[in-house]
Amino acid sequence: MGPARGAPREAADPEETSMSRPSVSLVVSAFLVTVLPVWVTAEEAGHVKVAKGAVQIERTGEKLPAMVGAPVQPGDVVTTGPDGSVGITFLDNSLLSAGPNSVLSIDRFAFDSTTHQGSFESSLKQGTLAVVSGKLAKQSPEAMRVRTPAAVLGVRGTEFLVRTGDSKN
Amino acid sequence: MRGLAAVAALALLAVAGCAKPARDDLYVLMPGQDGKTGVLSVESGGQQAVLDQPYAAARVKEPGRVEAGTVTEQEARQAFSAALAAQPGRPTSFILYFLEGRDELTPESKQVIGSILAEIARRPAPEIIVIGHTDRVGTVPYNDALSLRRAERVRDELIKAGIPAESIRVAGRGEREPLIPTPDEVPEPRNRRVEINVR
Repeated sequence: MGPARGAPREAADPEETSMSRPSVSLVVSAFLVTVLPVWVTAEEAGHVKVAKGAVQIERTGEKLPAMVGAPVQPGDVVTTGPDGSVGITFLDNSLLSAGPNSVLSIDRFAFDSTTHQGSFESSLKQGTLAVVSGKLAKQSPEAMRVRTPAAVLGVRGTEFLVRTGDSKN
Repeated sequence: MRGLAAVAALALLAVAGCAKPARDDLYVLMPGQDGKTGVLSVESGGQQAVLDQPYAAARVKEPGRVEAGTVTEQEARQAFSAALAAQPGRPTSFILYFLEGRDELTPESKQVIGSILAEIARRPAPEIIVIGHTDRVGTVPYNDALSLRRAERVRDELIKAGIPAESIRVAGRGEREPLIPTPDEVPEPRNRRVEINVR
């Protein structure tokens, strides 16, 4: 962590600014680019930082290749193939990474960067997942939940691993 | 007769199915990188295990059956090797300090720019969040403007060094978040700063 640990510095993340102007036209946003962040949309939850092998994002029925830098949105289902793995950094600094043959659903993500309140709900339908929780879980132990077909995980901080699936024959 | 045999075969299958666990779920609490270990609760069908020690683990072989135990570090790293290898770099932050009332970096902080650039360069799809702050000398509106100017100054330095503008966000927080709390109108060099979060 940085030198300012404990200071409420994160409150300054300017996502609200962009969310409060969803209809700013391209021309105006180009003009405002020096003042306002334009690349964070209200829908954005995080970004793919690591992608190896086959990784896809399913969004409203479409399958998109999950390349490094691709945005991840609430409602997305991220899948990895037999040789695939993926790492995603979320806006609250949560880190989720999945191993091969995984199905990870981002059910809900809301993060108020001023108060650090919101919620983050995800489901691992199958496969393996490594999690480092971020500012949401730090702010409130209720804020982050991870589900599997068999269990619900309550997260009061930091790092854990999840494997779920039918037992192999 | 044939029907009876089929029923018997099905019953045998069912028994075999019971003997084999239906699921292969494993939940492991890892030690935090900062040395602190968090808490993870695992709830399944009304049963709950609370993991609060490094490498504490819960297995769920069928819904409602939670078995608490531990795994070794090696077991955890092996079972989750690909997921752990795909973990994104930890977000990190830097602080740069400014001369009083100006958007000019202190000489010491100018030296830090190089290590920030190196940090950005080694990250895939880097996001940079630049947040300006002031001390409490001056009015709130004055400090809001000054803090934003400081953040923009740092952003401009980063852009000049080749960082794409679209990967940088800036914000000014004025005097709202002093690193060192002071009464109003007290000069405090440590509060005249810009924080650069890189992730």
